[in-house]
Amino acid sequence: MNSVLKISDLHVSVGETPILNGVNMEIRQGEVHALMGPNGSGKSTLAYALAGHPNYTVTEGRIEIDGVNVTEMEADERARLGMFLAFQYPVVIPGVKVADFLRHAVSNVRNPERKEGEGLIGMREFRKEIRERMTALDMDHEFARRYLNDGFSGGEKKRMEILQLAMLQPRFAILDETDSGLDSDAVRVVSEGLAKLAGPQMGVLIITHHERLLEFNPPQFTHVMLGGRIVEIGDAALAHDLHANGYATVRARHPDAEAENAKVEAAAV
Amino acid sequence: MSSMSSTIIDVSRIGFSTEVFKQFLATCNEPSWITDARRVAFETYQNLLQEDLDPEEFKRVDLRVFNAAKFRPSNEDVDTSAIDTLLSNQTEFGGAISHVNGQCTQSSVSEVIAAQGVLFGELNSLLTSHRELLEPYFMKKAVRPDSDRFSAWHAAFWTGGTLLYIPRNVEVALPLHSLIAHSRNGVAEFSHTLIILEDGARATLLEETSSASESIAGLHVGCVELIVGKNANLRYVQLQNWNQNSWHFAHQAGVVGSNASLQWTVVGLGSKLSHIHQDINLNGRAATAEVNGVTFASDRQKISYYTQQHHKAQGTHSDLLYKEVLRDEARVIWRGMIKVDPAAQQTDGYQRSDALMLSDHARCDSIPGLEIEADDVRCTHGATMGRVDQDQIFYCMSRGISRKEAMHMIVEGFFQQVYDRIPVEVVRETLSRTVQGKLGIEAVAI
Repeated sequence: MNSVLKISDLHVSVGETPILNGVNMEIRQGEVHALMGPNGSGKSTLAYALAGHPNYTVTEGRIEIDGVNVTEMEADERARLGMFLAFQYPVVIPGVKVADFLRHAVSNVRNPERKEGEGLIGMREFRKEIRERMTALDMDHEFARRYLNDGFSGGEKKRMEILQLAMLQPRFAILDETDSGLDSDAVRVVSEGLAKLAGPQMGVLIITHHERLLEFNPPQFTHVMLGGRIVEIGDAALAHDLHANGYATVRARHPDAEAENAKVEAAAV
Repeated sequence: MSSMSSTIIDVSRIGFSTEVFKQFLATCNEPSWITDARRVAFETYQNLLQEDLDPEEFKRVDLRVFNAAKFRPSNEDVDTSAIDTLLSNQTEFGGAISHVNGQCTQSSVSEVIAAQGVLFGELNSLLTSHRELLEPYFMKKAVRPDSDRFSAWHAAFWTGGTLLYIPRNVEVALPLHSLIAHSRNGVAEFSHTLIILEDGARATLLEETSSASESIAGLHVGCVELIVGKNANLRYVQLQNWNQNSWHFAHQAGVVGSNASLQWTVVGLGSKLSHIHQDINLNGRAATAEVNGVTFASDRQKISYYTQQHHKAQGTHSDLLYKEVLRDEARVIWRGMIKVDPAAQQTDGYQRSDALMLSDHARCDSIPGLEIEADDVRCTHGATMGRVDQDQIFYCMSRGISRKEAMHMIVEGFFQQVYDRIPVEVVRETLSRTVQGKLGIEAVAI
């Protein structure tokens, strides 16, 4: 059975400010969805809310994986159910080696009942796997011994996100502008990497401003967000059109959502 | 408050009386030159007890609840059965010595090491048998009895300790182990550690402190003297792991000769209150010192350091990194100073303290300082203080790691930077394990 990530009438606030005003979306394993929209439309908010960031409060609606309501779950529980967020700005954790971090993460995700202090995935098996994954992503094996994202270039950090995606093999992967701030080589590596990983077992939501990631990973669905709502849904052609022509026509077609968006944009300044 | 008044203050809460000293001397079986030195030190001590402590060093160290009257030197026989410690049985040692309640309970050194002319054992007896060699060093080159009331107290009452002497150009590869333990309530113990490396010598001493049970109250007034000759290399670790009913006061000083290096790690995990005065004297040209501090204070522990990196010669290099984790209502104080004498040109001095706060009720004071009298030097210092970053926690959690495990990982990572500088693997492993224990993580075999 294909798993389903179902987002129903999702309202999310940051502090007192409502950002999402009723988002609906359904992602099945094996599907690629693109999420596009101008600044302030709520794309990253949706990503964080799905991952379970504590600063993003769900005020209405729900998030379900195969009918299981995950809206109130902590981020780690969601990850153990197969949710994964590739961060736009990956966090530096000094002193924690990539290999140690990932070994804990993999142990928890593959054995969701694991408690702290309980056994980790075998060292030999883990080492073999991470090396293979690194080779596939054109990464120096030395990365495994470095501290997580500490002193990494922008491209290295994004590659690290994809490595984590590869190791954790989530059912649902949300990529929040994973291709931003990268040179074209790095965009290619990340795009190809994702294309290799995203198979029938993974539902993917790509948040992007660029074409490249979508060229390698053509979406079956393109969602356009404005003012905290999905205002249009199309296929890959819609994504292509928005890249080429921008959001002016979308804004004009949805004046109410545009007014909401303008409020958020103004508040952000 | 300055004590300008001429009235004699009651010192029974802050120190030991003449009566206690007399009783103590009656239990000492030692040559008269040692006893004479004690008497001189006791006189100094009595005078210093009438003076206030240096406010620069002690104003943040709250000694009001300290009551010296609760502690006395012990001359009872002690149980010589081994006390389980963090480091014992963790690696192969070239020699080991234990002191319980100020008495040496066991001492051994491998034949290979002894055959190289190395002296390792109980300070009292070696000071007696090797007076000519050792007297010029004992409390003369590194720690002076008249520094303050604690050094004088120690000089009058020292109860033995560990001596390590390495002859010229002798290298001892295996680490040596020294334990200072308390096993009875109310013990005042004054252990002394004296390490002398002649020119070109190399050695590693791992020392730890331990209480036999959680409930006993103990007092340690210690002294550590590290003398590193030209081109010599000393690695010294002191792992303070008393129970939380113990008081720990110590003067610790290193003297580093030309082209010599001292790698010194200070670990503070235990005690109710601890204050360490740590002096690093770079006396010879191009002498180097690397100083590492690992402190994890919890509950209502108070752990205080006063560190001084004193550059006295040209081209000397010092690098101090202290890392402190605080939780509950713990308090940590670090007062650091880099001093550069006029002659110490081309000096490179560095000091840094990073504190990680796990609780809103913990408090940390980090005060770096510089006193530079030479004009061609590079001295830098810094102090940071922060909480566990919520973004880091969320990042870990988004990968399936629980909040608690994430917190532990971040604390481990915080200390990792200083573990990376500790050259002895067994110490790194032991610290990692001990910190996990203090965080409440049960070790589970894979």
